[in-house]
Amino acid sequence: MKLLKALGLGLLASSLAMGGAAAQERTVKIATEGAYAPWNFTGAGGKLEGFEIDLANDLCGRMKVKCEIVAQDWDGIIPALQAKKYDAIMAGMNITDKRLETISFSRPYASGLHGWGAMKDSPLAKLAGEGRRFSLDKDADAAKAMIEQWKPLLKGKTIGVQTATVNSQFLEKYLKDTITIREYKTTEQHDLDLSAGRVDAIFAAHSSLKATTEKPEFKDMVIAGGGVSGDVLGRGVAVGLRKDDAELKAMFDKAVQAAIADGTVQKLTQQWFKVDMTPQS
Amino acid sequence: MDFAFMRDAFLTLMAGVPLTLNLALTSIVFGAIFAMLLAVMRMSGLKILDWPAQAYVFVFRGTPLLVQIFLIYYGLGQFRPTLQEWGLWTFFREPFWCAVLALTLNTAAYGSEIIRGGLQSVPHNQVEAARACGMSGFLLFRRVIFPIAVRQALPAYGSEIILMVKATSLASIITMMEVTGLAAKLISQTFRAVEVFIVAGLIYLVLNFIITRIIMAIEWWLSPHLRRPPAVEPRLEAAHV
Repeated sequence: MKLLKALGLGLLASSLAMGGAAAQERTVKIATEGAYAPWNFTGAGGKLEGFEIDLANDLCGRMKVKCEIVAQDWDGIIPALQAKKYDAIMAGMNITDKRLETISFSRPYASGLHGWGAMKDSPLAKLAGEGRRFSLDKDADAAKAMIEQWKPLLKGKTIGVQTATVNSQFLEKYLKDTITIREYKTTEQHDLDLSAGRVDAIFAAHSSLKATTEKPEFKDMVIAGGGVSGDVLGRGVAVGLRKDDAELKAMFDKAVQAAIADGTVQKLTQQWFKVDMTPQS
Repeated sequence: MDFAFMRDAFLTLMAGVPLTLNLALTSIVFGAIFAMLLAVMRMSGLKILDWPAQAYVFVFRGTPLLVQIFLIYYGLGQFRPTLQEWGLWTFFREPFWCAVLALTLNTAAYGSEIIRGGLQSVPHNQVEAARACGMSGFLLFRRVIFPIAVRQALPAYGSEIILMVKATSLASIITMMEVTGLAAKLISQTFRAVEVFIVAGLIYLVLNFIITRIIMAIEWWLSPHLRRPPAVEPRLEAAHV
């Protein structure tokens, strides 16, 4: 009897110990797209690289969890999160009202502008507002006036945009009747079609456009017109999470805040985007 | 399961049916013509015709259609100046024609093997009988070999046609908004993958159901010798005499 009791206690103790270890070593599976340089992309060796990969590893260190980063196609990235294929999304995803209906977000870890990419010799390279930034939230009138200025040049043109992004929503909302929208699965694909001349311009995040212009084969591409933010373009890039996963959201919130506070986000955005994209709160 | 949403999804996806059918029909028609040519090359007995056809079939059956579509659309897009020089850019600029080209080249490879199988299955004694009646050359082909070969090849070719209708879904990766393209877009807007894909699957099922019925009707029409002879009504009047 004594022996049995001892055995039982021993089992209990060991299972407790294992439980404790499991809580410390929780594995968080994070999905990224792997085709959105420099946010996240598949490097030469087939390994995932980019700003979000570095940031994810930093955040996981802060949360004291083990992280596994997987690549997932953009257009299925939210349904697969819902289906619990992974626990979080870090894929340059902006917080929008539409997405908030389905998933929740951590606090934003980066923010940026969106705008046009065109070839140097195209008339669209001269879109208005170059080098300036417009917020549809803070100064909606100025931003809308600029969009009106764009319309005559854009009339009847074919514009490439990645499907299911804040960029495609922006075009649908503000320029639907002016342009023909052609939707691509990845930004890399609309870049290729821009240089092939199948589309007249592309609309994307400035960070992504800038990375493209730095590739030698895209040296004739320029960022055209003013940069826009706000409204359908979202309230910053954040970690996408399931609504019922409040615990993980609290962990990411805390880790992101810490990474912003100690300058890690500034350092990483400087490194990957050449500009500071720390979100202003 | 939200049936009101599925009804809306059905209406959205139906908008892609004309493009799906357009892609499928155009490539099936061009593909069949090309397949016929390849089959004749294969059976010509001339190495100079046989070998290129064999190599072609090997390459296009041996590589995924997805890769072919990518190479034709994005790959050839890199050679725009050359294509413009040759006056081919107006064709390759359009995603529709790139998709049709890839589907056509692909189905021609599979189709040529099916047709070759059909041609080879024509019984030799029937050809000899036709020759004994004085038929030769094109007349023999048109009156005897071709009809029998088509009858033999039709069930397999029917499967190929169904595969083609389904293969059009790959055109969505080069911005063609056919049924699958619209489904992917709707999912990314609503995040309801299960409902949307069920509706998309049902649409393909209905399309292919109609196609199988048409092929069955053609088979029936081509095979009078397999039909049950019409039942002869017994003459009842005689009993009253």
